[in-house]
Amino acid sequence: MSAEVTTRTQASEGTRQPFGQRVRDWWNSRSRLEQWLMIIPVVVLVYLLPVMNFFPLSTEPWTDYELALFNAARLGLIALGLNVVLGQAGLLDLGYVGFFAVGAYVAAIMTSRDSFLTDPRYSWVVVVPVAIAITMVSGVVIGTPTLRLRGDYLAIVTLGFGEMVRLLADNLEPLRGNRGFQDVGGPPGTYANGSPIFTQGDGKPWYWLTVTFIIVILLLIGNLERSRVGRAWVAIREDEDVAEIMGVPTFRFKVWAFVIGAGIGGLSGVLYAGQVGFVNNQRFDVVTSILFVAAVVLGGSGNKLGVLLGALVISYLPDRFQLAPEYRFLIFGIALIVLMIFRPQGLLGARQRLLARGRQAYQRLVGKPEPVATESALIDSGKGTNA
Amino acid sequence: MTSHLALTLAQSGSQWIDFNVGLLAERFWANTVDGLAYGSIYALVALGYTLVYGVLRLINFAHSEVFVVGAFGAYFTFVGLGYKPGPTLASGLGPLIANLVLAGAVAMIAAGLIALLLERVAYRPLRRRNAPRLVFLITAIGASFAIQQGFYLWRGANPEPAIRLVRPEAVFDIAGTRITNIQIVVFVASVVLLIVADRFVGQTRLGRGIRAVAQDPDTAALMGVNKERVIMLTFVIGGALAGAAALFYVMMIPQGVLYNGGFLLGIKAFTAAVLGGIGNLRGALLGGLLLGVVENYGQTLFGGEWRDVVAFVLLIGILMVRPTGILGESLGRARV
Amino acid sequence: MYRARFVRVLALTAALSLGVAACAQNTSQKPGDETKTSGTGSAPSIKADPAPEVPANAALPAGDGKAKCGKVSIAYIGTIAGASAALGLNILNGVKLAVKEHNDANPGCQVTLKQFDSEGSPDKAPGVVTQAISDPTILGVVGLAFSGESKAVGKSFNDAGLVTISPSATNPGLSTNGWKTFFRALGNDAVQGPAISAFVANELNAKKVCVVRDDSEYGIGLADQTSQALGSKVVCDEQVKTAQKEFSAVVGAVQAASPDAVFYAGYYPEAAPFVQQLRDAGYEGAVVAPDGVRDDEFVKNAGEAAEGVYLSCPCLPSSGFTKFSQDYKALSNREPSTYSPEGYDATTILLQGIDKGLKDRASLLNFVKTYEGQGLTKQFKWDGKGELTQTPVWIYEVKDGKIVQLKDMSKS
Repeated sequence: MSAEVTTRTQASEGTRQPFGQRVRDWWNSRSRLEQWLMIIPVVVLVYLLPVMNFFPLSTEPWTDYELALFNAARLGLIALGLNVVLGQAGLLDLGYVGFFAVGAYVAAIMTSRDSFLTDPRYSWVVVVPVAIAITMVSGVVIGTPTLRLRGDYLAIVTLGFGEMVRLLADNLEPLRGNRGFQDVGGPPGTYANGSPIFTQGDGKPWYWLTVTFIIVILLLIGNLERSRVGRAWVAIREDEDVAEIMGVPTFRFKVWAFVIGAGIGGLSGVLYAGQVGFVNNQRFDVVTSILFVAAVVLGGSGNKLGVLLGALVISYLPDRFQLAPEYRFLIFGIALIVLMIFRPQGLLGARQRLLARGRQAYQRLVGKPEPVATESALIDSGKGTNA
Repeated sequence: MTSHLALTLAQSGSQWIDFNVGLLAERFWANTVDGLAYGSIYALVALGYTLVYGVLRLINFAHSEVFVVGAFGAYFTFVGLGYKPGPTLASGLGPLIANLVLAGAVAMIAAGLIALLLERVAYRPLRRRNAPRLVFLITAIGASFAIQQGFYLWRGANPEPAIRLVRPEAVFDIAGTRITNIQIVVFVASVVLLIVADRFVGQTRLGRGIRAVAQDPDTAALMGVNKERVIMLTFVIGGALAGAAALFYVMMIPQGVLYNGGFLLGIKAFTAAVLGGIGNLRGALLGGLLLGVVENYGQTLFGGEWRDVVAFVLLIGILMVRPTGILGESLGRARV
Repeated sequence: MYRARFVRVLALTAALSLGVAACAQNTSQKPGDETKTSGTGSAPSIKADPAPEVPANAALPAGDGKAKCGKVSIAYIGTIAGASAALGLNILNGVKLAVKEHNDANPGCQVTLKQFDSEGSPDKAPGVVTQAISDPTILGVVGLAFSGESKAVGKSFNDAGLVTISPSATNPGLSTNGWKTFFRALGNDAVQGPAISAFVANELNAKKVCVVRDDSEYGIGLADQTSQALGSKVVCDEQVKTAQKEFSAVVGAVQAASPDAVFYAGYYPEAAPFVQQLRDAGYEGAVVAPDGVRDDEFVKNAGEAAEGVYLSCPCLPSSGFTKFSQDYKALSNREPSTYSPEGYDATTILLQGIDKGLKDRASLLNFVKTYEGQGLTKQFKWDGKGELTQTPVWIYEVKDGKIVQLKDMSKS
C-alpha cells in the first residue's frame, strides 16, 4: 500500500513534504466510501492474526502467541482509553492503572467463589456494564477533587490515587490482598462439544473479543472527538485558561474525559481478569501505570491509531524478541530512550479533526483536504509558564 | 493498648480498618524520632527532584535509580574495605568514621556521575530537539528501566547480604523513647547537607546561575550564564545528595541494597518534593520531614500496611488546600 | 575556578556531615558494645535430636539402570530468578541432581528437564503454565513452589491432566479444590501450625506470643493455623507487606505487647530486616519462623540478629544425607537447604514412573496417585486429596551462623 501512496503523491505535488504528511493528505482526499473499502481488508487481516502463527510473527516457543496477541490488544484498549484523558484532554494521569484495577476487581467480586458476596455467580454479560459503571463512578470520585490541579501536580496526585486503589486491595480484608480471587468468570458460550470457548489457555477468542471492543470504541470515540466535547478537550489541552475564558466549562469536560477514560480502563480490567482467571494485588502498581502512559506517548499522544501501535510495541515486541529473556527489559528501556530521541512526537503524531462535516466543508471552501496537525499534541506552550 | 476501636462494616461482618489510639499515644515520641530520620532521607532525595524540576520543569523519574547507584556504591566500598556480611565487626571509632566518609564519598560521586550521564544521554538530545515535556518523562522511564535491569542482571533479584558497620545503640533514652546513634547521625548529617545545598544555591555565583536559569533560561543565557553547565551542575548536586541519602539508608537498613530498592523511596521523595512545593529547596526539607513523621504516626495508628496510604492522603489533602505545595514553587524566586 | 570551589564546597559538606556523625557516634559507643543480643536469653536450653540417616530402602533416581523410554521430559515450574529466588533454586538444584543421577545411570532413558520461571507470582504463573501444558513431551511437573501461584494455576493442571508434585506449597486449602493432579511432598500448614504452637508453648514455655504475618497466601494461612493452635496466648497480631524493608511500626507494636516469643509467618526477604530491627529495638524474647525463612540467605542478611532464631519446617535435616549433600554440592556449589531433598524425592517419584515405561500424562498421574514407597525424607503415600499420610515437622535453630536441627516435633 505504501509504495503506491508514495508514487501518487510525489507525482501530484511538486514540493516535497514529509512522508507522513503526504500519506495523511492522500488519505484525507479519499472519499468516505473509498476509506471504508480500504479499511475492511486491514480489519480482516487484524482478525486473522492469531491463525498466522508462523515465523516472523510468532512469539513461540517463549510465550503462547495467541495470548501475546491478546495482551497486546488489551493494552491497545487501555491505551485508547488513556488517550482520551492524556492525548485528547491533555491531562497527565499517572494513576490510570487504578481504573484498570477497579474493573478487574469488580469482575472478580461478581464472579469468583472467593468473593464476599453470597452468590457471586453473575453472568459476564451483566458484569461488563456493572464494571464499566462502577469504574466511571470511581472516575468521578477521583476526578472531582484532583482535576482542579494542573500539570505535574495532577500527575503526582493521580499517581497517588492509583497507588491507593492498589493499597486498598492490599489492605482491606474482603479484597483478599495477595491471596486474590480465583476462577474469575469469562464470557459465556461453549463449543458444540460442551467445552467453554473462553478459557485461560486459549487466546484466540479473547483476542477477537478485544479487537471487536477496540473497533466499537474507535467508532464511538471518533464521533465524540468531532463533536463539541472533542473540541472542548482540544481547547483545554492547548490552553486551559483561554478555553475557560472563551466559555468552555473546562472542569466539567475534564471530568468527562476522566470518566470516559475510566470506563474503557474498567472494561480492559474485566477482560484481563477473565482471561487470567485470577486477580490479586500484584499487577496494578505504578510501573504498570507508567507503561500505559509510555504506550500512549510512544505511539503518538492524541492519535488513536498511533496509540494502538504504541501498545503493540510495548506489549508485543518484548514477547516477540525474547532471544535473551533476561535482557529484554534492559533492551526495552534503551529502546524507549532511543525511540523518543528520534521520534519525540511519537510514532504517529497527533491528528485532530474538529468538525463533524469538515471533509465536505474544506473541499468546498478551500478546495483542499482538511488539514490535520502533524506535531504532537503536547508541545510545551512556553517555558516556565506551566501552571 | 488502652483503647482499641474498631470500625466494622455491617454487611461483610469483617473488620476493615483498626484504629489504635493507645499505641500512638504510647509511642508518639518514638514515632517522631523515627519519622524525622526517614524524613531526612526523603528530603535529601527530594532535593534532587526539586532542583531538576526547578531548572528544567522535568520530573526526573530515573532519580530513584540514581539513589540505587549510590547505595551500591556505598555497599561495594564496604566490601572493598574488607567488611563482611554477618555480625557487625567491632572497630575503632577513627577507622569507622574514615570508612563511612569514604563510603559516603564514593556513593556521592557514583550517584553524581550517573545523574550526569543520564542528563547527557537521555535528556540533552531531547532538549536539543525541543521535545514536548511528556517525552522527557518517557525517556526517564526508559532510563530507569535500563539502569534497574542492569543491576538486576548483574546482581540478581536478592538483596545484597547485609553489611552493617554501625550497630544502632540508644544514645538518649528519654522517658522510654530511644534515640539511636544512627538516627542522630542521619538526621544531623542530612540537615547539614540540605543547609549547605540551600546556601550554595542561594549565595554562590553558581547557585545564582541555577536560579537565573530556573527563572528565565533565555535571559539567563543572554546574561552570560552557561545554561548547559548549570543544568549539568543541577544534576550532579541532586545526584550527590541522593548518594549521601543512599549511604544513610544503607546504614539504617542494611538489607536495602537491591536493584529495585530505590523505587518506593523515589516515589515517596517525589511526594515530599511536591508536598513542600516542587522547585523549592526548603519545601523539599519541610515536605520530607513532614511526610516521614506523619506516615510514621499513621502506621502506628492504623497499622503498618496503611503507611503509604497515609502518605498519599496527606499529599492529596495538602494539595487540595494549597495547590502548589506548602511553600509554593520558587526556585527561581529564592532570595536570601 | 568556580568548579574547583564547588568541589571544595562539596568535599567540605561531606566531611562536615560525617564529622557530626562522628560526634554522635562517640557518645553512643559506650553503653552496649559488648551486649550480645542473642535471643535465647529467656528460653530454656533444648537438647537437640540427631539428624536422621538415609533410610535403607529409600528410592533413588538412578533406579536399576536398565530403564528404556522415548523422548520425554519433566518440568520444574516455580521461582528461579523472581521473588525469594533462593528457595526456588534449592528445589531446582534438587530436581537437577535427581535428573542427572537418573540420566547418568540409565543410558537408555534420557529424561529432559524443562525449567519455567513463574517468578513466584500468582499472575505470572498462568502464562508459563499454559506454555508447559502445551508441550506434549512434559509428563509430570515438580512445582509449583509457592502456595499463591499454585492456587492460581491448579485448575489448569487439573483440566490438562498433568500431574504436579509440589515440594514446598503448604497452604492447607490447596488440596480441597478437587484438583486430581495436585500432590505435595510435605505436610501442610495444618500440620506445621500446631507443631509450631506446641514448640512455642511446651519447649519455649511462652505465655505471650506475637504473630506477625506477611500478605502472602502462605503467611496468612500459616499465621491463622498457628494462632488457632496458640489460642489465648496470642497477644498481638501484626501484618507486613511483601518487599517491605522498614518495620518500625510493627516492631513498636510488638514491643508494646512485650511477648515472650514472636512468630513470623512469611518468607526470608522480609524476615531478615524484620528480625534485625526487632533485635535492634531491644527485644530479647524468642523468635520463631517457618520454612519460608529457613534458608541461609536469612542467616546472611539478618547478621547477628539471626543467631538463636528457631525455624520450623516440614522438611528433614539433610545433614544426615551425606552422599546426597556431597553430590548436591558438587552440582550446584551450594549446601542443600530447605526443600532440596523434597525436590529430589518428588523428581525421583516421577522418574520411577517414566522408568516403568509410562508414556502419557494419564498413566503417570495414575502412577503417582497409587505410589507407595520410601524416599529420602519420608514414606510417600498420598490420600485421595493429595496430602501425605505421614508428615514429619522439624524445628531448627540458627547457631553460629548455621541452621542446625533441634527437635523432631512429630515425635513429641
